Amino acid sequence: MIYTKDISKSYSGTQVLKIDELEIPKGQSFGLVGNNGAGKTTYFSLLLDLINPSTGTITNNSVVVSQSEDWKPFTSAFIDETFLIGYLTPEEYFYFIGDLRGQNKADVDKLTAKFEDFFNGEIIGKKKYLRDLSKGNQKKAGIVAALIGNPEVIILDEPFANLDPTTQIRLKQILKDLAEKQGVTVLVSSHDLLHVTDVCERIVVLEKGEVVKDLETNPTTLRELEAHFTKSAVSVSEEEE
Amino acid sequence: MIKHFLNLEWKQYFRSSYWQKNLALNILLVFFALYMIGIFVFLGIFLFKILSKMFPEQDPFVVANSFIFFWILGEIGMRFFLQKLPVMSVKPLLTLPIKRSTIVNFVLGKSALSFFNFFPLFLTIPFGISLLNNGYSASVVLTWLATMFLISLIANFLNFILEAFSAERELSFLPLIILVGGLYALNYFEIISFQEIVGNGILAITKNPIYLLIPFVVLVALYTFNYSILRKKLFLDASLKTKVKDVNTSDLAWTKRFGDIAPFMQLDLKLIWRNKRTKSMALLMVIGLLYGLFFYPQPMYRDMEFMWAFIGIFSTGFFLINFGQFIPAWDSGYYKMLMSQNIKYEQYLRSKFILMVMSVVIMFVLGIPYLYFGYKILIAHAAAAVYNIGVNSHVILWGGSYNRKKIELDKKAAFNYQGTGAVQWLIGIPLMALPMALFGLLNWLINFEVAIAILVIMGVIGILLHKKLMTFITQKYLDSKYKMIAAFGKDS
Repeated sequence: MIYTKDISKSYSGTQVLKIDELEIPKGQSFGLVGNNGAGKTTYFSLLLDLINPSTGTITNNSVVVSQSEDWKPFTSAFIDETFLIGYLTPEEYFYFIGDLRGQNKADVDKLTAKFEDFFNGEIIGKKKYLRDLSKGNQKKAGIVAALIGNPEVIILDEPFANLDPTTQIRLKQILKDLAEKQGVTVLVSSHDLLHVTDVCERIVVLEKGEVVKDLETNPTTLRELEAHFTKSAVSVSEEEE
Repeated sequence: MIKHFLNLEWKQYFRSSYWQKNLALNILLVFFALYMIGIFVFLGIFLFKILSKMFPEQDPFVVANSFIFFWILGEIGMRFFLQKLPVMSVKPLLTLPIKRSTIVNFVLGKSALSFFNFFPLFLTIPFGISLLNNGYSASVVLTWLATMFLISLIANFLNFILEAFSAERELSFLPLIILVGGLYALNYFEIISFQEIVGNGILAITKNPIYLLIPFVVLVALYTFNYSILRKKLFLDASLKTKVKDVNTSDLAWTKRFGDIAPFMQLDLKLIWRNKRTKSMALLMVIGLLYGLFFYPQPMYRDMEFMWAFIGIFSTGFFLINFGQFIPAWDSGYYKMLMSQNIKYEQYLRSKFILMVMSVVIMFVLGIPYLYFGYKILIAHAAAAVYNIGVNSHVILWGGSYNRKKIELDKKAAFNYQGTGAVQWLIGIPLMALPMALFGLLNWLINFEVAIAILVIMGVIGILLHKKLMTFITQKYLDSKYKMIAAFGKDS
C-alpha cells in the first residue's frame, strides 16, 4: 500500500529523516515510535505531501505523492489542531469534510452516530465552535473527521496525547477494528509504548531520522521497546558523565 | 526588569519571519515616512509666511492655534487607523515573578516612544524656529512646543482607549466616528466652538506656563485609565468570559447552485461572519459604499472626472480589495488540512473569485443611487465594476500566491488590536491608482467615452480569459504550496 524508497529530508544541511526502504502492506496497523525529533511528524508530513522531500519518493497505492494528487481521495489524516477549522461547529466541520469526500449529510450523520460514546456527549449538538472546545475534545473531533468517507489509509499523529483514559481505551478499540475488520491501513505515531503495542501489528522505531528497529508485535514487544529506550536513556547519562 | 523586556522586544522584532520576508515593504514604508516628514518640515518652515499671506489682518500664531482643534481630530483619526497598541506576548510572563503593574507600565511606556508622537515635532519645531525669528519670545515658543508635545501624547493614549472600546464590543469604527464626528459637528454648527476653546486655551498656556499643568493632568488621567483597562486584561480568563455564546447555524442552502464549489463558498461565508476581524471588514463595506458621498456633493470634486474612476473602483471593489489581499491567509490556520484533503485548488480559488465578483455586483447595484449626481458618474462606476471583475479580481488572486503571512482568526481580544495597518492600505494602491491614472489620462487626452471604453474593454478581456488566467494562477499556488504551508505554520 505505502512504499517508501530512499526518502530523506534535510533542512539547511541537517538531515532530519532518512529511510532507505519501508513497505507498509494494506490493512496493516502500523506504529511509529521515537523520541522528540526522531522524525515521526516529518515522515507523516512527507506522506501527505505537506513538505517536499530532499530525495526519494513515497508511493501510496502506486501513486507517487509528490507528483500526483490522486492519493487524496483514499487517504485521510489528523496531524494536529491546525487541521481543524476553528470557526465551524463540529457538525459543520464533519459535513464540510464529507462534502470534500463525496459524502452527503446522511452518510456523515450515520458515521458520527457510531461514535456517540467516543464523543461522550460533548461534541455533537453542543452549539459550540471547534475553537471553544477543550484540546481533548478538539482531538476527538479531528480523529473522527479523519474517518469520514471510508478512507483506505488513515494517518494519525499522536492520537492518544491529550485524551482522557476512557477515551484512550475506546480509541484503541476503534483503531483495531479499522485494521482488522475493514482492511484499512492505519498509521499512528505515539510516545506511549503501551498504547502502540496494544494497537499496532507492527512497530517501527525511529531514531535521529533513521529506522533502528522494525518489529512484529508479540507479547514481548513492549518489554523489548522499553529496554531499547531505557538503554538510550542510560547511554545518554553515561555520555554526560 | 526593563532591560529584559527591551531585550525580548528586540528579539521579537528582528527574529520575526514577517520582518525578514517583507523587507521590500518595510523599505517602502520608510520612504513613505520620509516623504511625510519632508512635507511636515516644509510646512513647518513656511507655515508662518503662508498664514501671514492668507490672513494679513491677524497674528499668524493666533491663526495657527485656532486650527489646532482640527489638527487634533485629524491626529486621532490617523492614529486610529495606523497605530496599534504595542503588543507584547504577556502570557509566558504571567507565571514568572514579575509584577503585573510592571508589564502594563512597560507596554504603555513603550507606546509613548512611538514614532507617531515624534512625527508632529517635524512640523512644530521648524514653526517654532520661525516664530523665534519673527520676534516671539523664547518662553512662549518653548511652552507652545511643550503643549503640542503633550497634545500628541494625549492623542496617543486617547487612541488606545478608543481602540480598546472598539475591539471589545465589536463596534468597529463607531467610537471613533462618534467622537471625531461629534466634536466636529458641535464645532461646525457652532453649538460649542471647540476651535476657539482650544485656540484660546493654548494661547493662555503660552502666556502663563503654569497652565501646562492642565494638559499634563489630562495626560495622567488618560494614562491611568489605560492602565486600569490593561491591568484587568492581564488574566487568562479575562478574554474568555464573554466567549461561549450559542451558535446559530444556517445551512446556506442557496450556495448549492454553485455546484462543486458550494462547500468552499459556505466555508468562506462562515469565515466572514464568524470571526471578529472579517466581520468588521464586512461591516466596513458600508463605508466603502458611501465613499462617494464624501466627494460628489462638492462641485469641486464632482467635476474632477478622474476621481470618478477611483471612487468607482474603490466603492465597488471595497470587499474585493480587503478580502482578496489576504487570500489565502484567511485559511492559514488550517491550510495543512486543506492541502491534505481531497480538493482541487482550482475549486478553492474559484469560490473566492465568485465571492469577490458577487460583492462587486452587489456594491454596484447598491450604488445605483449615485445616479443623482449625474448619469456619467454611474457609467464610470459601471466601467469600474467591470474592470474590478475582469482585472483586479485576477490580479489580487495572483498576488495571493505570494502571501506568506499567517492570520490568526481566533486571536483573543486582550492585547490584540489586530486591525488595519499601514501595510494594508499600501497594497491597495496599485489596484486603484492604475485604473484611475489610465482613465484620467485618456479622459484628458481624448474624451470621456474612450476612457470608459478602455476600462470596460480591459475588464471584458479579463473575463474572457478567465479560464486561462485561473489555470495560470492555480499553477502559481501549486508552485508555492510547500512555502505557504511552512510559512503559515510559523508564528509571525
